[in-house]
Order: sequence, then C-alpha cells, then structure tokens
Amino acid sequence: MFTLDITREHCPMTYVKVKLMLAKLKKGDVLDVSLSRGEPLQNVPRSAEEEGHRIVEIRDTADPCHVVIEKAA
Amino acid sequence: MEKKKLSLIVFSGDFDRAVAAFTLATGAAAVNWEVNLFFTFWGLNLIKKNKGHAAIGKGILARFFNFLLGGRNNLPLSRLNFAGLSPRLMTGMMRGRNVATLSELIAAAHELKVKFVACEMAMHILGITRGDLIDEVQEVIGVPTFLRYSEDAQVLFI
Repeated sequence: MFTLDITREHCPMTYVKVKLMLAKLKKGDVLDVSLSRGEPLQNVPRSAEEEGHRIVEIRDTADPCHVVIEKAA
Repeated sequence: MEKKKLSLIVFSGDFDRAVAAFTLATGAAAVNWEVNLFFTFWGLNLIKKNKGHAAIGKGILARFFNFLLGGRNNLPLSRLNFAGLSPRLMTGMMRGRNVATLSELIAAAHELKVKFVACEMAMHILGITRGDLIDEVQEVIGVPTFLRYSEDAQVLFI
C-alpha cells in the first residue's frame, strides 16, 4: 500500500499530485490518498475513475478523508 | 475515446494572468486533456531561459527591450503592481497558503506533457531565438500550425 498526503494542496495540484504518483506505480498497486473535504474529495475519486483506475474505498467520516485507489494498467 | 483539447494563447506577460493560464493548463492536463500553450508577445517573457533582466536578442533595440522586460521573475501584476513588489508578495502569499507558485505550475505542466510552443513572428520582432527559450518549448510555430494543433479544441486568449 502506497500513501500520499494532499491535505495541504489546492486546485489544480490536488489531482496533479495524485496523477503523478499513480504514474510511478505499477498496475494493481494500491494508493491511499489523504485529502480534505470539498473540491479534493469531489474531484480526486471522479478524475481517477475517469482514467480507468478503481476506487477501492472512500472514507469521509473523519478528517482527513481517505480515497483508496487501485491503479489500472 | 478522442481526447478533449484545450489551447491557450498566452499573450499577456502579467504575473496573475500567467498563473491563471498555467492553473488551467495543469488542471486540464491532469484530467487527461491535451493542452497546448502558445506563447506570443509578452507571453514570451514567461519562457525565457534567463529569468531576470538580461539583454538578450539580436540588435540593440531588441536587447534594450528584452532587458527592460526581463523574464519570469519580473512579471508585473496586472493591478496594484507597486513597481514589481506585488508579484513577490503574491508568491509569498501563495507559498504561505500552499497554493502552487508559478514556477511549480510550470514544472507540473511540463511533467503532465502540456505542449509549449512559441510564436515565430513575436520572437522575430523581439529578436529572440530558440536558444533564448527554456528547453520545455517543443516548437517554434506560426498561426497555421497553431490552428492545426487547436482543431476541435477550446481556445482561450489570455
């Protein structure tokens, strides 16, 4: 499991950091992203899904929120 | 699926407009849009290799102009510039608030494969050659090539 903290990032670097991190991983690797509510929580899972990655889990009950992504090919 | 495309004509050399252009470019590239940045006129100041005041260019007038204009570190704010103090203050505020600075945005745009192209005609007027521009610039082009790159793209003039 890889981790990435983007709680201090803002648009557009939130998904930029996730994307660049995913680019370094291999197919099937899992990335746990810590992020804030609002724009990052709306945008990150949607953008990752649009790129074909699988959203394994979204935990949004406590701060920071977590989005767990499995990298596609 | 065909990629969505965004083409930005970066005409302004203002700091705030440059931040807007690179924020849009980076954000779009992150969600897989194909992005072209066409730097022309004052926008060329953003992509000069020399980030400060340097007398580059061919001919005395060009060297004088380029020295006065400066590079990425000398971009004025479009409002409340206060003789160049404001862009520095603004960069400090951006850092303090964890918003990507212009240099960070430019690096991210490059990493996300945003295409940087420069206007041949504007370079010619300002006496700037390819060697005066940062390595990220992939091509020096004219309007027909820009239009070809921008087919079916959303085009914005900044």
